[in-house]
Amino acid sequence: MKTDDLITMLSSGPDVGLPARPARVAVLPLLAGVLASALLMRLLLGVHPNLAGEMLMPAFWTKLAFSGALAWAGWLAAKRLCLPGARLASLPLWLCAPVLVLWCAAAALLLQAAPEARAELFWGSTWRYCPLLIATLSLPIFIATLHTMRGLAPTRLRWAGAAAGFAAGAAAAVVYCLHCPELSPVFVGFWYLLGMLAPTALGAAIGPRVLAW
Amino acid sequence: MTPMQRIPEVDLLRNTELRLHALFLQGVEGDALAYRRFLQATATHLRAFLRRRLSRWPDEVEDLVQESLLAIHNQRLSYDTGVPLTAWIYAIARYKLIDWLRRHARRDSLHDPLDEVLAGESALFSSADADAGEARRDLAKLLATLPDKQRDAIIHTKLDGLSVREAAGMLDMSEAAVKVSVHRGLKALATTLRDAT
Repeated sequence: MKTDDLITMLSSGPDVGLPARPARVAVLPLLAGVLASALLMRLLLGVHPNLAGEMLMPAFWTKLAFSGALAWAGWLAAKRLCLPGARLASLPLWLCAPVLVLWCAAAALLLQAAPEARAELFWGSTWRYCPLLIATLSLPIFIATLHTMRGLAPTRLRWAGAAAGFAAGAAAAVVYCLHCPELSPVFVGFWYLLGMLAPTALGAAIGPRVLAW
Repeated sequence: MTPMQRIPEVDLLRNTELRLHALFLQGVEGDALAYRRFLQATATHLRAFLRRRLSRWPDEVEDLVQESLLAIHNQRLSYDTGVPLTAWIYAIARYKLIDWLRRHARRDSLHDPLDEVLAGESALFSSADADAGEARRDLAKLLATLPDKQRDAIIHTKLDGLSVREAAGMLDMSEAAVKVSVHRGLKALATTLRDAT
């Protein structure tokens, strides 16, 4: 087929005009991913027994806001990376701001704390498995995100894969907040972040293969 | 390059942007003629751009022009209206070129075409080439390999010029199903085309 014939074919028929953007189609798999992750958390780990009590503490809302802000920033990054030519300059700001704010709060807390209490603030009692659990809970969201992105047009595949992994990791951290007994921002600022960065690295590694179109 | 020489190039890109953007928007509204002129103008820029970058593989140029055009058509929903349309087209063309080079060129021969690709969208729209070469992969043959429903929906509505209603009657499908089949068929065709290189 000659290129002119292809152009004639593309510019005739029922799909010349575009239907309105079907946003729901893209959001449904992501919601399913988050629900699957929540279900996994409920079955594997269980909701924190004193969640109502924890919810009275500002520290709980700090870690929830931290994870939520990063999930939003990761989602924004993944979305922009699926739009060819879209502006990316503001993304580092959205991604770094929550981390920097939390690190400032953590530093202030460490400075105020008695020297012998500092180790406890950093290590907590669950550091051994917290990042692993967040990475595990991120898998359903990660798969749903990659599935959605495969129908779109990412042009920087390594970055797009990394953004998918980060968004999934941060969303999984939101889910994990409902189980996690830790309240120290120092703990959250390191171990939560580590849990989010594991799927990010995985996404950067597999992005070029999984997202090519 | 002196500032004197740069001004016309910026103007050229802006004019191209205004022209292509107007045609594209008319096309999105359903104006087939405007959309056709948009694709034709885009094809000439793609061809000149790819011919320079694929100077070692001249036989591949037209195939990649077609692959890029199909990608542009299939991915129209991914156009972010906040950025220039030329930036969107350039990002797709650049991606298709890099994707092809990664799969075919040896690593050491990648450098010079790739370095140039980073030059920005003025590199794509500064020249045009209307002299279409022969494509090596025959789209008509690839079309025949699609699932029956998708292939027939495309052939009836996009090649034979039937209306959706007529095609729906002939294929014993609903009108919505015909439209979905056309859409899915073109996506499948793009995948087949990429795999065939």
